Amino acid sequence: MIRKGWLALFLLLTFLPLYWMVNMSLRTNEEILAGFHLLPNRPSLANYRVIFTEESWYRGYLNSLTYVAINTLLSVAVALPAAYAFSRFRFLGSRHLFFWLLTNRMSPPAVFLLPFLELYSSVSLFDTPWAVALAHTLFNVPLAVWVLEGFMSAIPREIDETAYLDGYSFPRFFVRIFLPLVRTGVGVTAFFCFMFSWAELLFARTLTAVDAKPIAATMTRTVSAAGMDWGVLAAAGVLTLVPGALVIWFVRNYIAKGFALGRV
Amino acid sequence: MARIELKGLGHRYAGADEDALRPTDLVCEHGETYALLGPSGCGKTTLLNAISGLIEPTSGRIRFDGIDVTERATRERNVAQVFQFPIIYDTMSVFDNLAFPLRNRGLAAAAVERRVREIAVFLDLEADLARRARRLSAGAKQRVSLGRGLVREDVAAILLDEPLTVVDGQSKGNLRRKLREVHSKLRPTVVYVTHDQSEALTVADRVVVMNAGRIVQVGTPRELFENPAHTFVARFIGNPGMNLVACELEDGRARVGGWHLDLPAGLAAAVPNGQPLTLGVRPERARLSRTEVRGAPRTKVTRVEDFGRHHIVSVRLAEVLFKVKLDDGPVPAIGDTSWLTLPPANVRLFAAEHAVS
Amino acid sequence: MEKPRNERAWLLVLPVCLIVAFSAILPLMTVVNYSVQDIVSPEQRVFVGWEWFKDILRDPELQAAFVRQLVFSATVLAIELPLGLSIALCMPRSGWRASLITVLVGMPLLIPWNVVGTIWQVFARTDIGLGGAALHGLGLDYNYASHSLDAWLTVVAMDVWHWTPLVVLLCYGGLRAIPEAYYRAAAIDGASRWATFRHIELPKLTGVLTIGVLLRFMDSFVIYTEPFVLTGGGPGNSTTFLSQHLSTMAVGQFDLGRAAAFSLVYFLMILVVCYVFYNLMTRGERDDLAKPEGKV
Repeated sequence: MIRKGWLALFLLLTFLPLYWMVNMSLRTNEEILAGFHLLPNRPSLANYRVIFTEESWYRGYLNSLTYVAINTLLSVAVALPAAYAFSRFRFLGSRHLFFWLLTNRMSPPAVFLLPFLELYSSVSLFDTPWAVALAHTLFNVPLAVWVLEGFMSAIPREIDETAYLDGYSFPRFFVRIFLPLVRTGVGVTAFFCFMFSWAELLFARTLTAVDAKPIAATMTRTVSAAGMDWGVLAAAGVLTLVPGALVIWFVRNYIAKGFALGRV
Repeated sequence: MARIELKGLGHRYAGADEDALRPTDLVCEHGETYALLGPSGCGKTTLLNAISGLIEPTSGRIRFDGIDVTERATRERNVAQVFQFPIIYDTMSVFDNLAFPLRNRGLAAAAVERRVREIAVFLDLEADLARRARRLSAGAKQRVSLGRGLVREDVAAILLDEPLTVVDGQSKGNLRRKLREVHSKLRPTVVYVTHDQSEALTVADRVVVMNAGRIVQVGTPRELFENPAHTFVARFIGNPGMNLVACELEDGRARVGGWHLDLPAGLAAAVPNGQPLTLGVRPERARLSRTEVRGAPRTKVTRVEDFGRHHIVSVRLAEVLFKVKLDDGPVPAIGDTSWLTLPPANVRLFAAEHAVS
Repeated sequence: MEKPRNERAWLLVLPVCLIVAFSAILPLMTVVNYSVQDIVSPEQRVFVGWEWFKDILRDPELQAAFVRQLVFSATVLAIELPLGLSIALCMPRSGWRASLITVLVGMPLLIPWNVVGTIWQVFARTDIGLGGAALHGLGLDYNYASHSLDAWLTVVAMDVWHWTPLVVLLCYGGLRAIPEAYYRAAAIDGASRWATFRHIELPKLTGVLTIGVLLRFMDSFVIYTEPFVLTGGGPGNSTTFLSQHLSTMAVGQFDLGRAAAFSLVYFLMILVVCYVFYNLMTRGERDDLAKPEGKV
C-alpha cells in the first residue's frame, strides 16, 4: 500500500511541472500576467495557432526532426556491423577500440564546441541538419554499438554457424536471419539515439544559424518587445513532448529489457 | 516429514484455454520418494508448485498430515524446494546460505551452528563452509540448495524440480548418490520432478506418470514396467518402450496379421466388446529363434543396433516393426528369417489404450 | 564463452571508426593544437607550451567552478540513486499497468534539455509558476533569480526531476531480469521482505547501480543546457558549472588557447572515471568466466 502511494506521489510530482506548462500554453500572455490561476480561465489554442502558422516556429520542428532522423538512421546503420564484430570476434585492438568508443560517449560536449564549429564550417556543412546529425554521432554511435552489442551477445553463435552451413552468405544471413532476431535491440537502440539527439541543445544551437535552426534554438529567443512570450513558449514546449511520447509508447515493452542490459 | 494428500487438485493459469493440471487425487506417504515423470507440459511442475504453495491452485485441496494447507502461504508450509538451476545467495558464504532458513525462523546461534555443520558434513560441504557460495560448481551449488532444505528439522517435504538439469558429468553422479543417501538415511517425504525416466526409476519408491495434465499411473518402477495401465505408460517407460501392435481377438487368442498369439490365462474373457485392441510386449521379454518354432510368427530381420552390452533387433511382424532386446547369445543379421516367440505371461492387452486385466 | 579471433572483423568496424574519427579525433587534434598556443588572431600565434595548463590550474574562478561542480554532482547522486531505486521497487512487475507506468515515468527523459530548463524557469517563478507560488504561499522568501541558495535548490530539484527516471528505469530493468525462482526460494526460506531485498535484489542490482552511479556522475559533471536556461549561471556565478565556464571561455570570450587547455584537463578527468567504469563493467564478465572452486 505504501508502495502504491509512494509511486503515485512520484508520478504526481513528475507531472506537475508538465501540467503547468500545458496550462500556460492554453492561456494568452495577458491572462498569464494578469493573475495566478490553477486552471485556465478561458482556454484558447491561440498559442498553438501561432506555432503552426508562423514559419519560424514550425520550421524549427521540421529541422529538429530532420537531423534526429538522419542521426538515428546513420548511427544505427553504422553500428550494426560493428556491434556484430564486437560480439562475435576478438581482433587486434578490439578491447581498446571498445574503450575508446565509450570515452566518446562520455566526453564533455563543451570540449568539442569550438572544434566542431571550425570543422563543419570548413566542410561547408554549417547551418545544415547534416552538421548536427554528424555532431550527434559522436555520442550516439558509441551508444548504439554498446547497446546493440549487448543484445547481440545474447543470440547464440550456433545460429550463425547453422546459417553458414546452410549456405548463407554473410550479408544475406545478417539481413534475413540475424536482424529479425535483434529487432528488439534495434528498437531500443533507436530509442536511445532519438532520446539523446532530440534532447540535445548545445550542438544543435551552435552548429546552426538560420536555415537549419532547431526548435530548441527558436525557443531560446522568444523575447519580443512586449517581454517574454510565455504562452507561445509553453505551447512550443508542449509540442516538443509529442515525438518523445510517441517514441516511448512504441518501445514501451522493450525498454525494461534495454535498460536491464544497463548500457545506457 | 508429512504425508501429503491432494484432493481434486487442478490448476489453470490466468489467460490459458485449458487446465495445466486437471483435478487430480494423489497421496504421498510419509517418508517415501515420489517421482513425477512425464514429457514437457504434462503438468508436473505445476503440481509441484501447488504443493509448495508457489501457485494457488484454481481447484482442490492439499493436506499435510491431515491439516488443510491450501490457504497457507509458502512460508508457513515448511517445505523445501530445489530448483532447476542452483539458487543460492550470492553474497553469502556457504555457511550463511545453509544458516539462512534457520536464522529467519529465529533459531539460537549455537543451535544454528550445530545443525549447519551436521548437514554440511552429510552433504560433503564441510570444507567449503567459509567459501563464497557463488564460487562453487553447479553440482556443489545444488548441494547447498538441498542443504538449505534439509537444515530445517521440521521440514514437511522436500520438493525437487529437475535438479540435475544444469549439473553434468561427474557432479551428476555425485549428486544422485547424495540424493539416494538422503533417501536412505533421513527418509524424508520427497517429490521429485523429472522428464528423465532412468532418473525417476532409480531415485523413486513410486513413480507418478503424467501426461497432458493428468496422472496416468502411479506405481513402483517394477509395476510400471511390467503392468502399465495405459499405452502411454507402456511406450514412455523402458528404453525402448513396449512394442505395441493392433490386434483382434479370435478364439481366445490375439490375431496379428496372419498369426495367432497366446494370451495369459483369463485375459481374453476380460476384454470389453467393441473397442480397438492393442497388443504389447516388452522388447526385453520377446525372444528370437533361428529355427522354426511351431505356431510362432515368422519374421524378417530389418535392423540390428549395437549398444555395446545389448543389441536391439527390429523384425517385421505383419505391417509392424517389433523390437527385441538381446543381451547375449547369437545376433541375427539383417535379412535373416527369425521366429518370434512372445511368452504369454508377458503379453499385455490394451482396449482403447487402457490395460485389460 | 570464448570468442574466435578474426582480423577481418575490422571491415565491419571500419564505418564506425571513420565516423567517430571524423567527429572525435579531428576536433581533438585541433584542441590539442590550440592548447599549446597563444592565439591572438589567426595569423598571430605563439607556442607557449605548458603555460595555459599552469594558468588554468591556478585560476581561482576555475577552481571555484570545479568545487561547485563536485558539490552539485555529489548532491544529485546522493538523491537520485536511492530515490530511483525506491521507485523501481514500487513499480508493478508485469501487465498493462507496468507498461503504462514505464511510459509515464520515462517522460522527463525525452524532453529537449532546453525545454526542461524552460519548464522549471516558469514553474519556479513566484508570479506565474505553480511551484514558486506554492512556496510563496507557504510563507517562504523564495526567489531563484536573486538568492543563490534558492537557485541551487531549484537547479538540484530540476536535475532530480529530469534524471531520476533514468535511474528508475535502470533499476527496474535490473529487477525484471532477476529470475522468479530467487523470490520463490526466498519465500521458502522464510525470508522477510527486507531480507529478500538485502540478499537477493540488492546484490543482483549492483551491476545496474554501478552503471547508474557512473553515468549520472559523468553526465552531471558535464551538464550545460538545463542550468544555463534556468538560471544562466546566476545569480552571479553561483550556479555556473564547468561546462558553462568552458563554453563562455571558448565561444564567448574566444579565449581559444586557454579554453583548449581546460578542455583537455576536463576531458582527462572524465577519461579517468570512464576507465574505472569500463573495468568495473568488464570485471563482471571476467568473473562469470572464472573457474569454480572447491569439490565438484
